[in-house]
Amino acid sequence: MIEVDGLTKNYGDKTAVDGISFAVEPGIVTGFLGPNGAGKSTTMRIIAGLDAPTHGIVRVNGKSYRDSRAPMAELGIMLEAKAVHTGRSARSHLLALAQTNGVPAKRVSEVIDMVGLAEVAAKRVGGFSLGMGQRLGVAAALLGDPRTVVLDEPVNGLDPEGVLWIRHLLKALADEGRTVFISSHLMSEMALTAQHLIIVGRGRLIADTTVEGFIAQASGTVTRVSSPQADALSAQLSAANVTVAHLDAETLEVTGLTAREIGIIAWEEHVPVVELSTKRVSLEDAFMELTSDAVDYRSSAGTTTAPAGAR
Amino acid sequence: MTAATTTPAGLSTASPLRVTQARVMLSEWTKFRSLRSTVITLAVAIVIAIVISLVFALVMGSNYAAMSPADKHSFNAASTSLNGDLFAQLAFGVLGVLIMTSEYSTGMIRATLTAVPRRLPVLWAKIAVFTLCVGATALITNLVSFYAGQAVLSGHDLQVSLTSPGTMRIIGGATLYMTAVGIMGIALGALVRSTAGGISCLVGLLFVIPPVLDLLPESWTTYFGKYLPADAGQASWVFHSGPGLIDRLSPWTGFGVMCLWVIGLVVIAGIQLLRRDA
Repeated sequence: MIEVDGLTKNYGDKTAVDGISFAVEPGIVTGFLGPNGAGKSTTMRIIAGLDAPTHGIVRVNGKSYRDSRAPMAELGIMLEAKAVHTGRSARSHLLALAQTNGVPAKRVSEVIDMVGLAEVAAKRVGGFSLGMGQRLGVAAALLGDPRTVVLDEPVNGLDPEGVLWIRHLLKALADEGRTVFISSHLMSEMALTAQHLIIVGRGRLIADTTVEGFIAQASGTVTRVSSPQADALSAQLSAANVTVAHLDAETLEVTGLTAREIGIIAWEEHVPVVELSTKRVSLEDAFMELTSDAVDYRSSAGTTTAPAGAR
Repeated sequence: MTAATTTPAGLSTASPLRVTQARVMLSEWTKFRSLRSTVITLAVAIVIAIVISLVFALVMGSNYAAMSPADKHSFNAASTSLNGDLFAQLAFGVLGVLIMTSEYSTGMIRATLTAVPRRLPVLWAKIAVFTLCVGATALITNLVSFYAGQAVLSGHDLQVSLTSPGTMRIIGGATLYMTAVGIMGIALGALVRSTAGGISCLVGLLFVIPPVLDLLPESWTTYFGKYLPADAGQASWVFHSGPGLIDRLSPWTGFGVMCLWVIGLVVIAGIQLLRRDA
């Protein structure tokens, strides 16, 4: 469980994170999405206690991480691949980390096997590929058998087999009841890996939703309908939670009704329909639209009077 | 931690894991010995210390007969045989700087401080491991330099033995001085966070400020100069000929003053380590 409450982080006069609040629940994989520079890594560094928040509170498993007595059992974190001294072997690196918390050496061998680095464990990390570095970072995060796992861009640099591996690993960790929080700038990857999404842009929270909800919202709600009697149809479709936009004399875009419902209403009202289609939006497009909105909103609203991020 | 991979850790709050100072020290020892650069730097320091000490013994031994009475009076066979330390101190100090800054330059510091989020145990552990490893190395190095130097000086009947008055103090003082320089390196490295910056600060403190101070009016120099870390720390083991000798603090007062410098820098480093973002 990770709770982020009213988190703001300023670096000088630059605001990296601007009043965001969310909770990451155990038992599922939660994706942390946003374009580069959205404040994902900053938020993760604050979760790990590396950076101090300017305002707000972050709790890991109900406590401040900096005060935990067994930190590696609480939180396993990979902030960036190769946060490692390049002159050290993978095994020495993991052993040195393990020893701080009293993790037995046997566990070091276990995680090395788990991430598939057994053959190169004695080699210096400087010669590792990006993918091997990612695997080493994941190994370090899992050393203490942590209740909460946080990985920054874990898929980055992995080959297709590695991507599949990390997806299965994350799912297994969540199924064991752990809290799993991973960042990415790729919506399509998160749709396959995560069940819940926290979406940020320019340091602000944009959406806190399930992946299913996001997909439904992105692809299912806008219906395009064309009719020679568009005005008459528009009048018939009007209802409290339905919005109708006129694209041209014959074409409408309807939100709040499915294509099936519109078709039935048109037939009942004897209005001819010449086109009826659900507007398909790719996840990536929906994500781009969402985050670009946040950028526009932010630059037009200014920084001092803007309300705190939506929940 | 049995069957750790399959433990439903999310449901259990009891963990056998704990961060203790002893464990962090063990970790720092693993880091220290698993890096080629540390071992090489230490080896360079040893070689510099022994070889230059030997050169001093050879030169001073053959020049002794031609020295002025005052120089002969201030000549000390034990100190002469350790003069290589005046050069090797830079290597020891650089090793101290590197132990801290290599973590920052590689990003390792984030892994380290995430594992030990209270942070200060890391600084204490680095200092403790450095003190034990480098202190022992410096002591052995100094004993080798001493015996090699005395063997050379015995050719001129100038040698002293380990039990001669002041000899133990000189060897001990030089060993403590070298270790203290290294700890200063750790503190400066923690403050500056970059290898180049840390080494520059160290060189400035040890080698640049003293001659700069010499440019000031003489009353200032004589008053402040002896309190600088290098001058103070060397009071217990370096014998200068000439008027400089008069201005020295007494051996252990000098080392005490150096310790105050070291403690001051370490305290500032500790406060900054806690306060700053990593």
